[in-house]
Order: sequence, then structure tokens, then C-alpha cells
Amino acid sequence: MAARAETVVKVETLKVHRRATGTIAVVGNPNAGKSSVFNRLTGLRQRTANYPGVTVERHVGRSVFGGTTLDLVDLPGTYSLSPNSADERIAVDVLFGRVVGTPRPDAILAVIDSTRLYQGLYLLQQLVELGRPMIVALTMADAAQREGLKIDYTALEERLGGVRVYPVVATTGRGFPELRDALGRVLTAEPPQLRPHWPELRRAGESFAEKWRADGVSVHPVEVERLLVDPKATTVVDARRLVELEAARGALFGAEPPLAVEARNRYRWVNETLAKVESPGSRIVSRGAALVDWLNRPWPATVVFVLAMAVVFQAVFAWATPFKDLIDAGASGLGVWVKATLPAGAVSSFIADGAIAGVGSVVTFLPQILFLFLFIILMEDTGYLARAAFLVDRAMRSVGLSGQSVIPLLSSFACAVPAIMATRVIPNRRDRIATILAAPFMTCSARLPVYALMIGAFVPVRTIGYLNLQGLVLFGLYVIGILGGVGTALLLRYSLLRGEHPTFILALPEFRMPNVRTVGMKLLDRIRVFMRRAGTVIFAVAVVAWVLTYYPRSPEVDAARDAARVTATASLTGAVLDARLADIDKQASADHLARSWLGRAGQFVEPAFTPLGWDWRVSAAVIAGFPAREVVVAVLGTIYAVGSDADDQTLAERLQSATWPDGRVVFTLPMVLGLLLFYAWCLQCAATLAVIRRETNSWGWPVFAWSYMTVLGYTGALLIYQLGSR
Amino acid sequence: MTLSDLKPGDVVRIESIETDDPAVQRLMVLGLVEGAELRFLRRSLGGDPLEFRIYGAAISLRRELARHFHVAPVGSHGRAG
Repeated sequence: MAARAETVVKVETLKVHRRATGTIAVVGNPNAGKSSVFNRLTGLRQRTANYPGVTVERHVGRSVFGGTTLDLVDLPGTYSLSPNSADERIAVDVLFGRVVGTPRPDAILAVIDSTRLYQGLYLLQQLVELGRPMIVALTMADAAQREGLKIDYTALEERLGGVRVYPVVATTGRGFPELRDALGRVLTAEPPQLRPHWPELRRAGESFAEKWRADGVSVHPVEVERLLVDPKATTVVDARRLVELEAARGALFGAEPPLAVEARNRYRWVNETLAKVESPGSRIVSRGAALVDWLNRPWPATVVFVLAMAVVFQAVFAWATPFKDLIDAGASGLGVWVKATLPAGAVSSFIADGAIAGVGSVVTFLPQILFLFLFIILMEDTGYLARAAFLVDRAMRSVGLSGQSVIPLLSSFACAVPAIMATRVIPNRRDRIATILAAPFMTCSARLPVYALMIGAFVPVRTIGYLNLQGLVLFGLYVIGILGGVGTALLLRYSLLRGEHPTFILALPEFRMPNVRTVGMKLLDRIRVFMRRAGTVIFAVAVVAWVLTYYPRSPEVDAARDAARVTATASLTGAVLDARLADIDKQASADHLARSWLGRAGQFVEPAFTPLGWDWRVSAAVIAGFPAREVVVAVLGTIYAVGSDADDQTLAERLQSATWPDGRVVFTLPMVLGLLLFYAWCLQCAATLAVIRRETNSWGWPVFAWSYMTVLGYTGALLIYQLGSR
Repeated sequence: MTLSDLKPGDVVRIESIETDDPAVQRLMVLGLVEGAELRFLRRSLGGDPLEFRIYGAAISLRRELARHFHVAPVGSHGRAG
């Protein structure tokens, strides 16, 4: 519903500018340079939204071509009009004018890679048969030239029933003035005339379309052809018509699968066309191409993969840190300034601890996420993503995933949010859901402060052989996260996501230099989505968390604090007094928190967590961490009255001396190990839930993921504590 | 001989196809039809999936799928290079 409203809004904002006289669909094979052509034609005048009801992105750009204002719709890449994924289905549905909020395109701009005409011609023939005005942009004209490939454009136009063909180079802009001129005239161009590749099928399509039109059902003859040929065709017709079609199928195709017969027929035409149009000459293999080919061999490719991942991790964890620290310092400095400037009370606390801390916690993730998105986009645009998937497919398959899961899963060691957004490259729905549910198990950067605190406080500094015990425990937590994710993927494969083994068919694009402009635009786009989806949730959660920790206020705590301050001022002076006053304030914050809704919640649920060895303070901190796990350290700081920005050392000492009312130590080794396991497995991140909701387009999966991971974390912590305390 | 039995560098022509599997039909849409010439480039880590080149396009599929395509060698002068 939300997505639909958004689409309508976008269309409205577009209307403010000049009204477009027509809509052009930009269609092409994946990796044919379609987005680069689209970006070059529309520039920054484009809008991104989702198609109603699906997570496929809709890119529309408006531009003026030789005096004609046109809307260009960039459709997802597809090899044919037989859809195999949600993306391809949208492309086909838009072409047939079946998508709410997107008008049926008046004309088609087909974008085809000159160096892969073989597959391109298959799609071109299907597009021409739609009988709409059309032009073709043949991209990579320079690469074709370099490879010694000669294309006879006039002969090609003849084979395509008069459709005009324009060789272009998207990176340099060569050929674009001619293409723009042609787009300006395309609405009035003569629709192409092409002899049907399969006259019997065309006749069947036309006769059904005509017959149904009499009943008021308006369907394009090509749609009927799709229904006849393709078991996954998306045109909806009633059961009676399906029976009519089934009866016609036998006569047309015999015993063979219709799609196979169609492919044979069309490639016969493709081969005839290639023979007339393309003279391969001697394909020249450049030194660069030979090097890339060598690097694609399994072992060199493994080295490249490891190096590439090392650079990504270095960037996300090291290069992003100075920016992150700067933002953290800025946010907390601003908070301190607000508290010093405004009179103490709810308003100053809300602005400093609610609003500024909330915005801060969104922005603080930006440097890491920016780097992560940048690398994911670079891998997509260079074609490396597919190469990495090819390399590790075997290994990933053994754990119930596929090669395409590897980059999202590795990304989630930094942050699950961009990782889950990156699962869109996985065409198979089962693989995609399994990857989305495995991703939050990976040890993200928000878990590290909690790990660092607990390990620093409770794991002894000792070496086992050459290994440091603290480091070993941290490594163990990473392994536990991976095991949790892999175990979940395997479990899902044999339960909720059971079914046929997914097939893995992957086009491996040539290595290509990324285009700065395209990368920049994609990066802006994803950051916008992150800010809108995750940012709003993180901010809202920060505000709610503030309310829960601030209210209700207890006058007796303030009274006790004031009395203590008076006593202290009377008996102490200088630095000793300042330290005493600070202690009094921290104690008051801790007492307020104990009486706040969060504190009460902690005391209320304590019985549920006692079997895990947690007292109400730990329980309250864990509850506070459910929306965003990284706040736990700050909440523990406040609860143990050492201040929310105390250093780990101070807080660690306080934790070590925490006891139950009967004097037993709270933080025993089994309890700490259980708590760490809980953190490794529990899904304490509202932003991740929001993104799962968006990417699966359902509430079911985020609810399932949260419940499943919480139960898993709880059970793990329970077992460790109970067995360890025996 | 099928597409799963090749040595890197082999160039073959598809002779016949077991078309029942929908994934096979999808590969046919991508150009793996009878008469098409392919060059086998390499196996990935662990021997699977396989990489082929078909008229300028590189494509990867798993062995289990490659078995549905029966092929004959054509030497190394085909257009698949």
C-alpha cells in the first residue's frame, strides 16, 4: 500500500514540470549498459520509487528531445519476454501496460550490447513483434571495433523491419546526439514491419485476441502468444480461456515444451541475421583481456577475491573510523553544549539525549555504510559480483545458499542493512530469503562494543600457546555467528524453504571500467533509501527509548540528590567536591533509570531472565538494546551509575563488583558467556527488521526472523548458564 | 558426450537437448539451442559450476544442468571463440 501511494506521489511531482507527450520504455539485456544510456539521456532529472507491491525499483526520467518532452522508463534488464524473476516480470508487465501507475509505453528504446548481438537479437525480435515505434541503441560500439567485429547497420535495420539502429558509446557519449534526435521523432515513427517468425503461432494469437475482444477482454496478440508458449506468462485470463489455450497448444507444439520450440525457431532467425549483419573477422584478443582471462582461473581468482574482500573490510573498519569518531564526537559535544546552555529538565534532556543522540546514531553509521555501498556498486558495475558468485558457488551451495549470497553475507560483517539491500542480485527467491535470514547472524560492527566490554571485563588476559585467550573468545563469537547463519540457511532449506534445488544460471559479464557518473548516482540513490527506511526507524526508536528511560520522573530521587549535594557542599571543597557532586549526579541518573518505565520493565521481566543469570539491571539493558544493540553499553553505564559515556575500564570494574541482593556475583563466567552468545544470535536491530520488511515485502519474515533469533539466543544463553553453573 | 564432460578449451556444437527441465528451456532462450557452438572455458573452485563462452557472451551453469546438453566436438575454428 505504502509503495503504491509513493508511486502516485512521484507521478504528481513530475506533473509540476512540463507535461510529457509520451512514455518511452528503455529495454535491454542485463549488463548491456542500459542504465548508463538511461542516465546519459535523462541526467539528474529522474525519480526512483518502487513498483506497487514489489521491491523492484522504478526509474523514470524526463527530458526534452528535439523539442519533444518524453518520460523514459528504465526497465529491469531481461533476455526475453519470458520472465524468470520479479524484475523481469515487471519489465514484461510494463511493456504490455499492465502496471498500475505506469502508462503503457508509446515507443521502445532497445539497448543492446554490440559484442553480444547473438542474445540481443533474440530480445530484439520479440520487441519488434510488439508492433510499436522503436529504435535501437547498440552500446559498446568501441569495444566491438576493438575486437575486430564489423556490423552492417543497414542490413540490421532491414532485418528488424525498418527499425533504426544507432551505435553509441555510453562512457564517452559518442553517438548520443543522433540518438537524442531519433528519440525526438520516435513517437511519429512508422511501427516496424516484420514477418512473424512462426506464422501459425501469430495466427493463433490474433484469432484468440479477436475472439476475446468480442467478450470485452482486451489482450494484445503477442500476450496470447506468451500465454501459449510460456508457463510463467503473467497475463491474467479466466479459467475458461486457459482451457481454450490448452486445446490449441497440442496442435502448435506437439510433445515438446513450447518454450524450447520457440527458442529454436527464434535462434534460426538470429543465426540468419548474424550471417547477414556481422562479420567477426579475426577476433582480436587484447593483452588486457588475456590478463583478465588469466585472473579468472580458479586459483588467481581466489587470490583476487581475498584481496578484494580485504580492501573492503579495511575500508569499512579502518578508513571509515575517523569519520565515525568525528561524527560521534560532534554529536556528543553538541549534546553537552545543549545541556549546558538550556535549563536542566525534560526539554534539554529530550534534545540532547533523545533528538541529537537519535540523529547521531543514524549519521554515525553513514561513513561505514557509504563505503560498503560504494564497494557493492563497484563490484556490480565492473561485473565482479557475478565472478565472485561463480567462484564460491560450490562452497556456498554446501551450506544451503548459492554463490550470489556471498557478497551480501560478507557485507553483513559490517552491517546487515546494506547487506540485505544487496540481496536483490539473487534471482532465486528461496536463496534470497535464506540469505536475508542468515545475514543478521554475522557479527556486525554494532556488536563489537558489547563484545569488547564483556571480554575486556571478564575474560582473563592469558595466552594459550601463541594465542591470546581474549582474542580467541572474540574469534569464537565470529564463528558462532557464522554457524548460526549457516545453520539457519540449512534448516530453512529443509523446512520452510523446501523444494526443488534452485538452478544456477549466471551470465558472466566482461570486466568493465566503472562509470563515475553511474556509480555516483547509484550511491546517492541507495543512501537515500537507507536514510528513508533505516534512518527514520533508528531515529524514532531513539526517541521512544529516551521516553522509556526518562519517564516517569520521581521527585524523591531529585530531593535525595539535592539533599546529598547540600551535605557535600558543606563538608567538601575543590576537586574532591567536584568528584563527589559528579558521583551524586550519576547515582541520581541511575536511581531515575531504576524507577523509569525501562527500569520497571527490567524488574518485571527479571524472573524470565533469572534462569540465564541476569538480574534486573542486565535485563533492562538488554531490553533497551532490542531496537539497537549498540545502546546497551551506554544504558549499562547509566544503570551502574558510572555515566553513559564512561570508559570501558570504569564500567568493567563496576560490572565485576555487581552482586545479587544475597551477595552472589552477578557476572560469573557462565553468565557472561551466555550473554555474549545471546548478543551473537539475537536480532537486536530495528533497522534490520525494517529492511527485511521492505525487501521481502511482508511482515511475516521480519516477525519470524526476530522471534526465531530471540528464542535461539535465549535458549543458548540458558544452556550455557545452567550447564556452566553446575 | 555432454557439456559436463569437456576439457578447458574444447569447442563443441550442441547436437541434442533434453528439454524437460524448465531451467534447460531458460538456457535455450539464452542461446543454447541445437547447432549453437560453445567454448568450454573452465571449472570453478571444487569443479563446479562451469563457464562457457557462446558467441561473445560468457555464461555459467552447474554440471547437473550441463548434462542435459549433448554435444559433438568441432575443433577450434568455430565462431564460438
